[in-house]
Amino acid sequence: MTAEPAAAHPAAEPVAGRQPLYQPKVSRLWWLRRRSYTLFVLRELSSLFVGWFVVFLLLLIRAVGQGEADYQRFLDWAANPLVVLLNLIALGFVTLHAVTWFNLAPKAMVVKVRGQRVPPQMIAMSQFGGWVFVSLVLAVVLVGLL
Amino acid sequence: MADRITLEVTRYRPEQGTALEVVDYEVPLRPEWTVLDGLNYVKDQHDGTLSYRWSCRMGICGSCGMTVNGDPKLSCGTFLTDYAPGPIRVEPLRNFPVIRDLVIELGDFLRKLVRVQPWLTRAHNRPIDAGEYLQTPSELDDYKQFSMCINCMLCYSACPVYALEPTFIGPAAIALAQRYNLDSRDEGSAARLDVLNDHDGVWACTFVGECTTACPKHVDPAGAIQRYKLTAALESMKGYVMPRGGQ
Repeated sequence: MTAEPAAAHPAAEPVAGRQPLYQPKVSRLWWLRRRSYTLFVLRELSSLFVGWFVVFLLLLIRAVGQGEADYQRFLDWAANPLVVLLNLIALGFVTLHAVTWFNLAPKAMVVKVRGQRVPPQMIAMSQFGGWVFVSLVLAVVLVGLL
Repeated sequence: MADRITLEVTRYRPEQGTALEVVDYEVPLRPEWTVLDGLNYVKDQHDGTLSYRWSCRMGICGSCGMTVNGDPKLSCGTFLTDYAPGPIRVEPLRNFPVIRDLVIELGDFLRKLVRVQPWLTRAHNRPIDAGEYLQTPSELDDYKQFSMCINCMLCYSACPVYALEPTFIGPAAIALAQRYNLDSRDEGSAARLDVLNDHDGVWACTFVGECTTACPKHVDPAGAIQRYKLTAALESMKGYVMPRGGQ
């Protein structure tokens, strides 16, 4: 490890006559140093899979719009083990994305009722509760259609 | 229990070369001794040239932040016995240039701190004979947590965003901006908006949350930042929707 001139880092203004500062370097594997850093990088990565689900949905809608034959072809393609595997991985990442997002809510929202702060757990639970409720409604609608 | 423990202290002596060096020092392992006591022992008994900052020894001044076994810690509140049998690695705070041994260059933080105007701002000061600016306990609770910050910079050391993008204004500066924004006596939040509602402000934060884990005073800077993101988003929306930008 070697030091570089002070001007290399915006965090340090060079001072005339001062000896060189040691400039720390960020390892390319910095995100493996802590569990929280790794989880954070995985969460950032999850946005790619959220994007993939949007593309998948758009492809589905296009196939439905183009008629029964195209829709059947889409279903066959979606049943390909590689696509199923990709979707399973994507589901894992999207779940991570959703859970970390709901856990963030009580940090961002401070709600006061009659001068008392609503406990953060209640705000998080309301998010998870809403998620479960919407999922149940969707499940009932889907089962009703089948 | 052994009666000695080894401190592996990172040393940087620019007059001797530009590389870091790790030097082992054996110090007495006493139940009431902190890492800072160990370093003071080293300075007294082994090497008087060892350099580090400290002052109060009681978690108030925020001077003695160091990286202890990889974690940002106040060395005055970190007990040797918690790391027995050792060794204990003592390094300077991460993400800052090092001046010497465990002494980091903190000018960047101080310049950022001033940018968020961490003081009470009033459009018009009341005359003194109008009395104090009174506050209810509930109004005090709104910002009290953020007022506990001691500027120790452990949160900057824990933040990977600051490591990768040193222009990020950082956790403590934003928490201190919120300390004043949420104070019922303050009228300066509009002036702080431009600094905070910026790529290098709250939007640089990706909510890793390590600043809150590292904070020795339970300030929860990560919470302050996420909360301000909501405020900044609402203020920006107001700018689009309301006449005259909601001013």
